[in-house]
Amino acid sequence: MSLLEIRNLSVEFATASGAFRAVDGVDVTVDQGDLMAIVGESGSGKSVSMLALMGLLPWTATITADVMTFDGRNLQKISPRARRQIVGRDISMIFQEPMSSLNPCFTVGFQIKESLRLHTDLTRRQRHDRAVELMTLVGIPAPEKRLSAFPHQLSGGMSQRAMIAMALACRPKLLIADEPTTALDVTIQAQILELLIELQETTGMALILITHDMGVVAETVQRVSVQYAGQRVEEQPVTDLFENPHHPYTAALLAALPERATERHLPTIPGVVPGQFDRPQGCLFSPRCRFADARCRAEVPVRANAGMGFALCHYPLDKGVPQPRKDTA
Amino acid sequence: MFSFLLRRLLTFVPTFFGVTIVAFAFIRLLPGDPILLLAGERGVSPERYNELAAQFGFDRPMWVQYFEYIGGIFQGDLGTSFVTKKPVLDEFFALFPATLELAICAITLAVVLGIPAGVIAAVNRGKFFDQALMSTALVGYSMPIFWWALLLIIVFSSGLGWTPVSGRISLLYFFDTPTGFMLIDSLMSGQKGAFVSAISHLILPTIVLATIPLAIIARQTRSAMLEVLGEDYVRTARAKGLAPLVINGVHALRNAMIPVITVIGLSVGTLLAGAILTETIFSWPGIGKWMVDSIFRRDYQVVQGGLLMIATIVMVVNLTVDVLYGLINPKIRKG
Ligand SMILES: Nc1ncnc2c1ncn2[C@@H]1O[C@H](COP(=O)(O)OP(=O)(O)OP(=O)(O)O)[C@@H](O)[C@H]1O
Ligand SMILES: [Mg+2]
Repeated sequence: MSLLEIRNLSVEFATASGAFRAVDGVDVTVDQGDLMAIVGESGSGKSVSMLALMGLLPWTATITADVMTFDGRNLQKISPRARRQIVGRDISMIFQEPMSSLNPCFTVGFQIKESLRLHTDLTRRQRHDRAVELMTLVGIPAPEKRLSAFPHQLSGGMSQRAMIAMALACRPKLLIADEPTTALDVTIQAQILELLIELQETTGMALILITHDMGVVAETVQRVSVQYAGQRVEEQPVTDLFENPHHPYTAALLAALPERATERHLPTIPGVVPGQFDRPQGCLFSPRCRFADARCRAEVPVRANAGMGFALCHYPLDKGVPQPRKDTA
Repeated sequence: MFSFLLRRLLTFVPTFFGVTIVAFAFIRLLPGDPILLLAGERGVSPERYNELAAQFGFDRPMWVQYFEYIGGIFQGDLGTSFVTKKPVLDEFFALFPATLELAICAITLAVVLGIPAGVIAAVNRGKFFDQALMSTALVGYSMPIFWWALLLIIVFSSGLGWTPVSGRISLLYFFDTPTGFMLIDSLMSGQKGAFVSAISHLILPTIVLATIPLAIIARQTRSAMLEVLGEDYVRTARAKGLAPLVINGVHALRNAMIPVITVIGLSVGTLLAGAILTETIFSWPGIGKWMVDSIFRRDYQVVQGGLLMIATIVMVVNLTVDVLYGLINPKIRKG
């Protein structure tokens, strides 16, 4: 049985100008010790789908799903109280902005020990020792001293390390890292990613890495789910995905990688992710797809099978060539 | 922390001198000759006029008068009342506990009700409680104090007969007042019913004086909370699985308190201004009523000294608030 299973997750926001569907029928499956990435451009609903799982969306969000289970428990059925016992202990999340994600009024030590106080029976002394251990684990120098530091005294990289220490406090089974390096210096980015991967290996927890950087994905994860405009458009093991992307969007993302560029200019994907008011009729990617035809613009595509990377496309690619669908009528 | 305190103390000095100049100039720039006004309808003979002017020092140049005044301040001499012939400072300290007692009760009421009300309103943003509370706060904020005081007196004192109309305690009780705080002294006197009487006298003035600060604190708490609740670290707190009470009451409120503390400090000034009206309406024998009476009596030494004392108190409170602010906001403490 999978650790996390989400089927057909949709999130709709009530906005002043009507309902907006930020996540549209997304599936996520994560096994124990899995290392997967969710990739997509800004606004494709990566954060929102994970926040829905965590129960962290504002009340304007309506969440629907056919299945949403974690560790055998149905997250849709349990009480808010029971959910709070899972969130923060078995599932943790770290965020894009480490500096603003720490509470400026409390010391780092307080904020790490707080989770321990809430979710474990450790004594005061044991909590302190565990906090020092965690700080050492995430590579913060002089951990004893840093425990009494306030967040504004830490650099961005240190803050993100502290956030990771906080997230790991109760030995979670699943860690969700939402663009953990986007706000950091390039040199620090690599360090933090390395740290996350190393921690994933040593602790055996599952890790979902949210990113919009295909380059990061190649070296780090096992499986990639590509999201576009709130939909999962493709999912494959990472080597297969890089060798043979089946969705034109994935292919375009890969082509935009600097190390893959064959010409002097980087190819880019023209246009932007559709928002609330410019959602196309048929396939959501059709306005930006170089293979799109009339059918793509009119009809909503059906998902392909696992062999074709679950591509949400009328003409999934094979070796870069669009194929007529064999699995549907 | 220490250098922060020192810096704040240094800014205190020029402010204090500014206030002395204002208080000094205030009574001298007012239209009318204080000696003639003091003499009243009967007038005064030129010899007597010169004698009085010499006695009060009005015959010397302004700057000499100012330096004598400053010199006096540093010896603890704020002048002598024209009317009672007692030192201004003695009168001030005799009356100040009454005002302090009222002010402490009022600010406590305002904080104890205002902060939770603002938090609950923010957490239930847009719902019935929020809208009801914010409308009430707006009414409270814009209501004329004397009208509100009279309304309360008409309903609770005249109509229902629940509370007395004026004074600090019923005339039935008589005892020493070593602390000057009626609540404490009445308890210590051991006389039956004295404490209850003191409380019943305090209720209406406290409510009246607390109204505006209460409205301000509730509104400020609400808006500060609304801002803080959207912050990333509140999301982090929720991601830990903390209960809503802890998230709102610890993580969010601690940050929201930073602007609220400032507002509480500023409302001490409002409170002292409000005390002047409230004390007059309820015949509360504090410095507010004392100042008003002195103005009507043209007792300029008292007005001058009282102004300086009130301004100093406001400054000291603001200094305290700044220090508190530094304690609650780690960024400033280290800065
Ligand atoms: N509280 C909200 N109310 C209304 N719309 C929202 C809300 N939160 C997010 N959205 C919208 O949902 C869409 C998906 O947002 P999301 O943050 O999940 O994107 P993302 O894929 O994480 O992008 P990024 O790479 O920028 O983080 C966006 O168009 C965003 O404007
Ligand atoms: Mg995001």
